[in-house]
Amino acid sequence: MRKFLAIYNREVKSYFSSPIAYIIIGLFLLITGVFYYLIVTSFVQYCMRADMQAQYYRMAPPKLNVNVMAIRNLFQNMSLFMSFFLPMITMRLYSDEKKTGTIELLMTSPITNLQSILGKFSAAVTLFLAMLAFTSVYMILLFIYGNPELGPVLTGYLGLFLLGSSYIAFGVFFSTLTDNQIIAAASTFVFILFFWAIGWVSAMVSPGLGHVLSSFSLIEHFEDFAKGVLDTKHIVYYLSFITMGLFLSFVSIESSRWRGR
Amino acid sequence: MIEVQNVTRYFGRVMAVNDVSFEVAKGEILGFLGPNAAGKTTTMRVLTTYLPATKGTAKVAGFDVHDQSMEVRKRIGYLPENPPLYQEMRVRDYLDFVAKIKQVEPKNRKKAVDEALGKTGTTNVGNRVIKTLSKGYKQRVGLAQALVHNPDVLILDEPTVGLDPKQIIEVRELIKSLAGNHTIILSTHILPEVSMTCERVVIIDKGKVVAEDSPDNLTKKLSGSMRFKVVVDAPRDQVEEKLRSLPGVKKVTPANAPGNKKLSTLLVEGQGKEEIRPVLVKSIIENGWNLYELTPEGMSLEDVFLHLTTKEEEPVQ
Ligand SMILES: Nc1ncnc2c1ncn2[C@@H]1O[C@H](COP(=O)(O)OP(=O)(O)OP(=O)(O)O)[C@@H](O)[C@H]1O
Ligand SMILES: [Mg+2]
Repeated sequence: MRKFLAIYNREVKSYFSSPIAYIIIGLFLLITGVFYYLIVTSFVQYCMRADMQAQYYRMAPPKLNVNVMAIRNLFQNMSLFMSFFLPMITMRLYSDEKKTGTIELLMTSPITNLQSILGKFSAAVTLFLAMLAFTSVYMILLFIYGNPELGPVLTGYLGLFLLGSSYIAFGVFFSTLTDNQIIAAASTFVFILFFWAIGWVSAMVSPGLGHVLSSFSLIEHFEDFAKGVLDTKHIVYYLSFITMGLFLSFVSIESSRWRGR
Repeated sequence: MIEVQNVTRYFGRVMAVNDVSFEVAKGEILGFLGPNAAGKTTTMRVLTTYLPATKGTAKVAGFDVHDQSMEVRKRIGYLPENPPLYQEMRVRDYLDFVAKIKQVEPKNRKKAVDEALGKTGTTNVGNRVIKTLSKGYKQRVGLAQALVHNPDVLILDEPTVGLDPKQIIEVRELIKSLAGNHTIILSTHILPEVSMTCERVVIIDKGKVVAEDSPDNLTKKLSGSMRFKVVVDAPRDQVEEKLRSLPGVKKVTPANAPGNKKLSTLLVEGQGKEEIRPVLVKSIIENGWNLYELTPEGMSLEDVFLHLTTKEEEPVQ
């Protein structure tokens, strides 16, 4: 535990002592902020138009749901941006150690590969949580000026957390494969896109196969969270995905010892 | 303390280490000598559990490097070829981190870090960010990293690379002072380093051990052929030509005469163990020259090294 913490603390400190963490968080907030603004203003315009129409036809104004029409949309956008920003967080975790040779220190110290993988993974998840925490400002604003339901917001965040952790687990794996950070980030991104695309393809093929494919899709499992539905099936899916990523990292590190690079 | 038995390591089809065996006793300093690509680093990586051996076994402090790697790791300090430094960290924080993962007790950690800084002369840069340090200081921090948990065994891959002459001497003294309590293996290309610091040398070439002995013995063993320094007051070309034509003389190499330009200095090597001094003196006198000096020259470790690693057909038993 102490050694896990040593790795974890070092990684967290190294994130926050370099400008990279701030740039990534800043850009993520900027881009989600832009979409937040667009989504909310169009929702408000839509409401106003609906109100005017209702007055014109002398009907009661319709109840428009901010959860369905704005928040869900925002979560979906965030899940997409994460696939772009999270690989930038994970790319250096092992690649940099391989490049500078510090991996030799780690792998000749009395720490297990599991301790070092979990330490690095948790550090990246911590940075990711900081990113998510900042976006809660947007949600709080909605609560101040409107009355959305709390439930779907919470499940949405849980979904984002699980989805992002899955990205990170595989980001760790891809960074064990190469000493080049750019390659690590790019391959993580392509991998994530692939698991998204499975969802789109599934809509086009036969229903049976489509069902199987969509059950593998990273984003298909996120839909329910965004809607406010909490289903253990989806939680299990993401947890298996995370475990898989970390397990592959372990195998990759072990086998690189045999190969010698 | 360290036993290496028939270790072989392939990288794909390249054989980096070929059936290497040697032992190091507790408290001993072993020099690991060899030209580039000889397999020094690879052997050390096997010993430090970083790389598994393809064949053979190695034990450190009685623990197998493969089956009991965690036990081995607790007992070794390792300075790899490139010091494993986190460039963005401060020296003290870095050493503190290393102490943590090397299982130094929290209450002893600060003391351990201070001692490592002191021993390597890096106390004054303790608060600097590593990437701002000069190469030599980075090397010292690398050394501090290997020492911080006061390990039984030190494995140092070219520890004095990049240091200034004064610091080289200091590090050698440091290494010597560590012997006794610590068992040390150090690799190097620098031959005087071995004769100055090591009690025993293993010379390795193309993955194979070609010699193993004390530096003195190695030099003695190999100085089988006789070599003399000759100083004569005559033009160097003439002397060289004359001496070369003598029976029993294998090689004449001109060496620069210091100071006096009238004197020529030459190194004359005899064939085998045949005594050539009388022949040399006679010939010089007959030519009407004056002999100023005739001294035997032992083979330096440098020569031994070149001899061993360039001529394979003359192995040393
Ligand atoms: N990771 C690796 N992958 C492939 N080949 C390797 C690897 N590491 C070493 N080798 C090869 O193994 C041989 C021995 O290399 P090694 O680094 O052990 O030599 P060395 O004695 O340390 O040399 P130097 O004095 O240059 O440091 C070389 O031919 C090298 O190319
Ligand atoms: Mg080397």
